[in-house]
Amino acid sequence: MSINIKNISHIRAYFKNAMLRPDLGAIVGVMLVFLFFFLVAHDTGMFSLEGSMNWGIVSSQFIIIAVGACLLMIAGEFDLSVGSMIGFSGIVIAVTSIVWGWPVWLSILTAFAVAMSIGALIGYITVKTNLPSFIVSLAFLYILRGLTIFIAIASTKKTIIGGINEFSQNDWLAPIFGGKIFSGLFEWLAEQGWIQTFVAGTKAGQPVVSGIPAMMVWALGLIIFGHFLLTKTRFGNWIYASGGDAQAARHIGVPVNKVKILMFVFTAFCATVFATTQVIEFGSASADRGILKEFEAIISVVIGGALLTGGYGSVIGAALGAIIFGVVQQGLFFIGVESSLFRVFLGVLLLLAVILNTHVRKLITGSK
Amino acid sequence: MMSTSPLMELTDIYKSFGNVNALKGVSISINRGECHCLLGDNGAGKSTLIKIMSGVHQPTAGQVNINGKPTVLQGPREAIDSGIATVYQDLALIPLMSVSRNFWLGRELTKKIGPITVMDFEKCNSILMSEMEKIGIQLRDPNQSIGTLSGGERQTVAIARAVFFGAEILILDEPTSALGVYQTSNVLKTVEKVREKGVAVVFISHNVSHALAVGDKFTVLSRGETLGTALAGEINYEELQFMMSGNKELSALKNSK
Repeated sequence: MSINIKNISHIRAYFKNAMLRPDLGAIVGVMLVFLFFFLVAHDTGMFSLEGSMNWGIVSSQFIIIAVGACLLMIAGEFDLSVGSMIGFSGIVIAVTSIVWGWPVWLSILTAFAVAMSIGALIGYITVKTNLPSFIVSLAFLYILRGLTIFIAIASTKKTIIGGINEFSQNDWLAPIFGGKIFSGLFEWLAEQGWIQTFVAGTKAGQPVVSGIPAMMVWALGLIIFGHFLLTKTRFGNWIYASGGDAQAARHIGVPVNKVKILMFVFTAFCATVFATTQVIEFGSASADRGILKEFEAIISVVIGGALLTGGYGSVIGAALGAIIFGVVQQGLFFIGVESSLFRVFLGVLLLLAVILNTHVRKLITGSK
Repeated sequence: MMSTSPLMELTDIYKSFGNVNALKGVSISINRGECHCLLGDNGAGKSTLIKIMSGVHQPTAGQVNINGKPTVLQGPREAIDSGIATVYQDLALIPLMSVSRNFWLGRELTKKIGPITVMDFEKCNSILMSEMEKIGIQLRDPNQSIGTLSGGERQTVAIARAVFFGAEILILDEPTSALGVYQTSNVLKTVEKVREKGVAVVFISHNVSHALAVGDKFTVLSRGETLGTALAGEINYEELQFMMSGNKELSALKNSK
């Protein structure tokens, strides 16, 4: 009898622990989303290799910025300047390489250095003034977007700077952001007739999917890095603590300010990865690129189970949130639903996620 | 017998913030294995005094001796390194984090996997479980969040952590003020255990009966001044209560007996 009761309480404890996983909601969400589209869109080509690449790339884009936003949110801060940072980094690469004639690798490294310094500045201002990062980064949303448009127009009289692929083709660093891996494997698969090839046009005979885009590799790499850093290292423990209760963490000797500033730098790094992959892929930079990306990143993170107030969340959850984002956005396109409805869906999903997260928070902290 | 020189001695401490004189000549000495209760009403200067003892504030005037040496604590970290640990009433632990992550926060045990340094969760968790058992907390799982523990258990974990990391002087800021009767008795038992280990405990409270339950010495603060120090047995509940509210000299009280 007593064994039975003990077993039951163990099972209950197990379920309660599972309930407290930050990414549980996103895991269930991903399953539901795939189930839904598998049922309604299986005959649209959404789950063919080509179709999967489509939503896979879109999801990867969301993942790249969501990982940065996730760690920053767990550290207790926001960065609303991510979208503007994407536009800014892209223009820095384009202006330095096209207008100033720098080699592309140097332009890319410069963009990273400048963006990460600005990230550090946003973090520094936030921790020194003790202002909400919401406001500080909102200021930089405008400052960076304005500077981006100004620099583009002042140097080229245009807001779109093209022609970068001519220079990036023989560059050693550019393929890391814009190339494809396993191209040979995909060609071989096409030769075997296992994947489709184009039947007409300039690409006739080539496989419809010519390799795994670098963007996907970056997304995967960032997930692994972010998850490892957060859950396995002592620095990860400090990220949780800085967002959970900065004052308590300071009392125990955690360098809270340093942690927060570094997370702003990492967010800027992720934004620049996003910007660089786009510039190399499209061969152009546009001053209006990245608009609303900051919110898409934050929404992915929240769907992934992180608390807006910091101290709790999961990189895996944020990545799953980004996948939900990407699959639904592209899936609605496949089934021919008016794309404006996607935003309605997103708003509803965000609201549900926040309500669920708040409930989970109460369970964890034991507050009523 | 134990050495008679106090672990920490504060002499004639003054502290002013602008025009406000929070402390006006406070003297107190803290001895090994002794629970020294600091009593006083709200605004009496208790929190200013513990912030000076824990290095958060520096005194405007007066002397702080640690192990007989004059010392100026420049910050909380320096105090911690000198063996002074402070457990604040509500700033002790982070409720969203697990017991294990909280316990080791700032002093995480690490190991190397190739060139990468990671937290050694196995070791952290096993030491934590045995420490928790020693102090009488039944943990289901080292990964359960602090939020699942009761207020008393949280205080106990925070105290255990401070002692485990080598605190010689443990400052407890109102450890029982937010707790029920049962949880209070558990925390008081923990204080008792810690004191038996030879740790000096500074117990800040405005609850006289909690102080009398564990205290060896009682110092009453009122309006930034010490009204005197009495040993356990020399003073009773009514007298302490009267001093905290009535602002009378301890000597006058004693003489009237």
